[in-house]
Formats: sequence, C-alpha cells, structure tokens
Amino acid sequence: MFKRIEEDRRKPVEITVEGQRVTAREGDTVAAALLASGLDVRRRTAVSGAPRLPYCMMGVCFDCLVTIDGVGNRQGCLVPVREGMKIEIQKGRREIGR
Amino acid sequence: MSREYDVAVVGGGLLGSAIAWGLGRIGQRVCVLDEGDIAKRASRANFALVWVQSKGLGMPAYTRWTVHGARSWPRLAAELQEQTGLDVCLQQNGGFHITLSDQELEGRAEIFRKLRAQPGGVDYKIEILDHAQMKQMLPHIGPEVTGASFCPLDGHVNSLRTFRALHTGLARFGVEYRPEHAVSNIVYENGAFRLTTAQGDIAAGKIVLAAGNANQVLAPMVGLEAPMGPTRGQVIVTERTQPFLPHPVSTIRQTDEGTVMIGDSKEDLLDDTVTNKGITSVMADRAERMFPLLGRLNVVRSWSGIRVMPKDGFPIYEQSETCPGAFVACCHSGVTLAANHAYEIAPMIAAGALDETRLGAFTVKRFEKSEAKSSGYY
Repeated sequence: MFKRIEEDRRKPVEITVEGQRVTAREGDTVAAALLASGLDVRRRTAVSGAPRLPYCMMGVCFDCLVTIDGVGNRQGCLVPVREGMKIEIQKGRREIGR
Repeated sequence: MSREYDVAVVGGGLLGSAIAWGLGRIGQRVCVLDEGDIAKRASRANFALVWVQSKGLGMPAYTRWTVHGARSWPRLAAELQEQTGLDVCLQQNGGFHITLSDQELEGRAEIFRKLRAQPGGVDYKIEILDHAQMKQMLPHIGPEVTGASFCPLDGHVNSLRTFRALHTGLARFGVEYRPEHAVSNIVYENGAFRLTTAQGDIAAGKIVLAAGNANQVLAPMVGLEAPMGPTRGQVIVTERTQPFLPHPVSTIRQTDEGTVMIGDSKEDLLDDTVTNKGITSVMADRAERMFPLLGRLNVVRSWSGIRVMPKDGFPIYEQSETCPGAFVACCHSGVTLAANHAYEIAPMIAAGALDETRLGAFTVKRFEKSEAKSSGYY
C-alpha cells in the first residue's frame, strides 16, 4: 500500500520484523518502516484483540504499539530505526517480563 | 401526602444501588436520588477487593458480616450476569497480604491471633506462608518477600462493571433512577417522608440514606447520626499486560482486562484532585520489591479518591427511632458487602426492621459510649 519515493537516497538500515529481514531507511521511525515493509504488520489490541495499524504517527493514538528488541508496548512512531533492530508484532497485551 | 414510592434511596453509588437493586428484586417501588456525574464517588475510585482477612478487630460482628458477604458474592455475580448479561469478573480464589520483613510477617500473625481470641467471631481459614510456600502460588515474587497471610475467601471483582450491572439491573426492575437530584432537606410528616431535591420534592414511605460521607449531613434531618472520618487513598495504574498475578494481593491486583493497580495509601488530606508523588513513590517501590518485573511496566495513570469511612471504620446500619422508616447505611466496604446489601439489608428495609441479632452491633449508639478507636479497615 505504501511506496517509497524513488528519489529517497537516505542510507539503508537493516532490521528484522518477525525474523524477516527488512530494509528501512535512516531516519525512518519503526512505525514508518513497518508500513513501508509490505508485510502484514497488524498488531492485536489488548482487550478485544482487534487488528490495528499505526495511525497518527505522532505519539498520540498508541495504535503503533510494538515489541522492539524484547521490550513490549513501545510506540513505534516515536522510535527511529537502528541497524540490527529486532521488531516483533505484538499480539494483544505485552508480557510482564518483556 | 401521596407516597409515590415505597422507598426512596438517597445515593446511587455501590451501596445505594445494591440496596435499591435488592428492593427492586422483591417488588418494591423504589426511586434512587443521586447526584450527577461529577459527584465524588468511591464507587468509581476504589480498589475492587472482596476482602475478608484481618477485618473485624474490635468488632467480631463485622468479621461475621464480612465473611457472609464474601460467601454471598458468587450468587450476586451470577444473578447480575443472568439479569444484565454483564460479567463482573468475580475472581475469588484467595488473596494475599505480602510482607517485606520478618517483623511485618510477625505482625500479620499477631493480628490473626487477636482475631481468633475475640469472643463471638467467626473462624475462617487463614494461612501464614513463608517465601517458598508462596512462590508456588505466586511465582513472580521477589527475593525480599518474607511471606504472606493468605485467606481463601478473598478475591476481587471488576467494580466499575459491577456498578454498571447494578444500574442496568435497577432499570430492569423498574427502579426509577434520578441523577442530578441531590437531596437538601428531608421532612417526616404523617408517617411518610418528603425529600427536597434540586429538581422538586419526592414523597416516599421509607427512606434509606446511602449517600456516603454526605450521610453525616443528611442523617440528623431524620433523627439519626452518621459520624464519618473519610480518608484519601491513591492508586497507580499500569498499562495492560498478560496475566501474571493469579491471586489478588491487598495492595496489588491485576484486573480482568490486564492493567495492574497498585494501592492504596491512607491519608488525612481530603483533596482528590491531586496526587502526592512522595506517597505514590513508596507504593511503587514496595510493589516492585514484591514483584520486581513490575518495574518494566509503564504507568498510564495515577489517581486519588476519598474513602467513605465511618469514624471507627465499621459499618453503621440503623433505623431512626423518632422517624421510623428512615434508615441510614454507611460503610467503607461497598464492594465486599454488596451481596449483603442486596440480599440481607434490602429485605429488612422492606419489612421495616433491621435484624437486631445480626446488625445490632452496627448501631450508631456505639459512638455514644466511647470514642471508638480501632479501625475495621485493616
């Protein structure tokens, strides 16, 4: 659904999403990288389990919650990607230990 | 004066709505006169425990009343679900009071020795567990935990949904709920009551004062008294997490929807619009020492609320001698005692007399004898 602008010459950044290698760009937020990845990155909400994608992209709606490097409930739209980052799509509530 | 209603219940919180629900259930014509949404309401600011352990020191009748209330909760939860379709998520598999030093653990054991020694109390199972025994039931406890007292009768409930279920049930029973009807005056004449509200007068054959700390002001209008000593409590709420806490703890519980609530302080400051970081820091620190993994969770809000609290901590149930038909009901534990209010108090009010054998200890006359000091709260 989302396509990168062809003139975008920012440096590539390699991350993994559910174990799959994804090439993001330097300066992407995790949420933007997920949306641009072409993968099914829908999380599930904590109470009803409804599917959600990042929405506001500015830290307000909390619909981009995601597990980053083993820490749950991070707001993907506020975290810039880093080389080697491990992203897991959160299915429901976060676990207490992560 | 025409009596529009058999009973007017003043106060639509958990206590008033449980009594009104119980009255509606047995076919009484009832109206509930309530304040509006901005009322200070313990029904929306509570810790939602159904709690027995350690209650009643100084008043064995309160222990009996509490044990009965806890044992009646499954019936209330089932009946509300059947009537309204709402699951109030009663979980009653036993609760813990966790200690962080040997001294605290010995203090718990001492409380139960004293409770058992009280004549006329009721014996229920309490276990003092050490760290290793506890760890089998609560695997996430931290190394500083020295032990706990455990009572199989203890539990918790979704108190906001209970509140909603009672109000849904009230409507089903044909009970008239009138918000924005704060009562400013009550007159007793010709054997009935006229209540002046913000929106006109209401006439009723009987009245029940269930207005929380405001009972203090209302009770003298009908020859009753309700000495109250409210306290403030603060609660910290975390983001939702997968279930990790299979039993409620007196100061930590995980709700059915996954949030963790950390409570609850007891303060004399009665401003519920502010929180106090010094106090919430201590609460959070103790909680993290009990369950170190809590430290990884984000706090999403913290709030304070005002407890409804009779002056000595024990409930007050009384009928007026000068204005028969006027009842006052005050208690701190509107959640724990909800089933008692629905199934025990309501029929007594409908019949026009409180059962002396069971409720005699809760008379307001106890305050005349001495300035009662012990608290039924902890």
